[in-house]
Amino acid sequence: MSSIDVPLRNGGFGNTMRKDSWWVEPLLVFCGFAAFIVYSTWAALQGNHYTFGPYLSPFYSPLLMTEKPGWWPAFVPFSAAMLILWAPGGFRFTCYYYRGAYYKAFWADPPSCAVGEPRKSYWGERSFPLIIQNIHRYFLYLALVFIVILALDAYRAMWFDGHFGMGVGTLVMIVNPILLGCYTLGCHSLRHLVGGRLDEMSKKPARKQAYDCVSCLNRKHMLWAWLSLFWVGFTDVYVRMCSMGIFHDVRIF
Amino acid sequence: MATATFRIWRGDASGGDFKTYTTEVESGMVVLDVVHRIQATQANDLAVRWNCKAGKCGSCSAEINGRPRLMCMTRLNELDLSQPVTVEPMHTFPRMKDLVTDVSWNYKVKTKIKKFAPRKPDAPDGTWRMAQADVDRVQEFRKCIECYLCQDVCHVLREHHMHDQFIGPRFLVYTAAMEMNPLDTADRIGDLRDSCGIGYCNITKCCTKVCPEEIKITDNAIIPLKERVVDEFYDPLQRIFKIFR
Repeated sequence: MSSIDVPLRNGGFGNTMRKDSWWVEPLLVFCGFAAFIVYSTWAALQGNHYTFGPYLSPFYSPLLMTEKPGWWPAFVPFSAAMLILWAPGGFRFTCYYYRGAYYKAFWADPPSCAVGEPRKSYWGERSFPLIIQNIHRYFLYLALVFIVILALDAYRAMWFDGHFGMGVGTLVMIVNPILLGCYTLGCHSLRHLVGGRLDEMSKKPARKQAYDCVSCLNRKHMLWAWLSLFWVGFTDVYVRMCSMGIFHDVRIF
Repeated sequence: MATATFRIWRGDASGGDFKTYTTEVESGMVVLDVVHRIQATQANDLAVRWNCKAGKCGSCSAEINGRPRLMCMTRLNELDLSQPVTVEPMHTFPRMKDLVTDVSWNYKVKTKIKKFAPRKPDAPDGTWRMAQADVDRVQEFRKCIECYLCQDVCHVLREHHMHDQFIGPRFLVYTAAMEMNPLDTADRIGDLRDSCGIGYCNITKCCTKVCPEEIKITDNAIIPLKERVVDEFYDPLQRIFKIFR
């Protein structure tokens, strides 16, 4: 493309003429993500208090194995969560919304719109390591499987010793796959795969319908991303607190 | 009648500084009205590019209180007039005089993008047939008024000055309008990855936030194009599917 001679003017981290509180949004994002990462890592490493009655923490679902397998490297701490969390974690890490948000909040690239950056060099997502973000659709395939698994967990949460019932924890477990579904089914990659890649969607009415549905969820992708992130953490907290005897799970019927 | 203070950047390519003007303001005024009033009463040589005063020509792009905006679409009641309001030219392009920048780089970029190449006409009279549903998607991109505020706010151009490697959001929208057009037959996916530098976009959505036409630049143009690049270059499964299609 054409070159241009524009003298650098901003030249400094945080340099801007903006008068609004531009730092609030990236700060909130930083605090929100940091809190979730710290809590989820801690919870995943605990290896206990992840079940209570018919409830199973989403951090440990599916529960593949509870004992450390022989092939597991000795220097890596084991818990059942370590076997599965990389999949939903990778889906969120490579998500288009999260990428834009954490590039700003954690890497100040840029800290906010029209605000000076701390670094002069920039690679973008064009070369290693961030070119790996293009793997997002593969994590999407896994995330879709996880919604089914978590929906089954919600179904199992309705059965108490073989009897159908409903506790507050059941409601918590039901809301979890719903929010995750709204987030995952509004994914930009899914939007592309179901119909966005076609120039003439009108000739494929089923795909056009699917595209419209995904687009509908996609318009609030950020909202679903945050709600589902919060709720998956809250579900673990609820199960953990019940398991530890701190919360009393109220049976509705 | 109330008064307000404006700090307007005055200078040219060799340099300049903010100058302070205090002027009377009335309800319903926009920033461009104030600039015109200052030009008429206090600074006859103040250079400002403008045309329609209706947010449709894209001429009066500037940075108001540090935010890229159209001067004609920024009402004074949106601003805190108890503080001086700063008005400066766009940062991403070379300054010419006062609030006027040289945006000709954009015109050069546009000439290097593969042109619209329609398929053979569908009817003997040389016309085409398109479903409204297919038209709707690309119609959004046709709303662009080429104000270049998205180019101005894009940090790849603004902060890193990668004008020779990245075409910027405006021309990704332009490319999307052609690439998603049902009539178009040209393939721009390789160019998008290579000469257009779509991989430099890191999806901060600043372009979407400043667009006066409210085009969903990131969600509807850039990310779909990124996904098409993934289809072509980074997804081995897609390649296998293509063989059997």
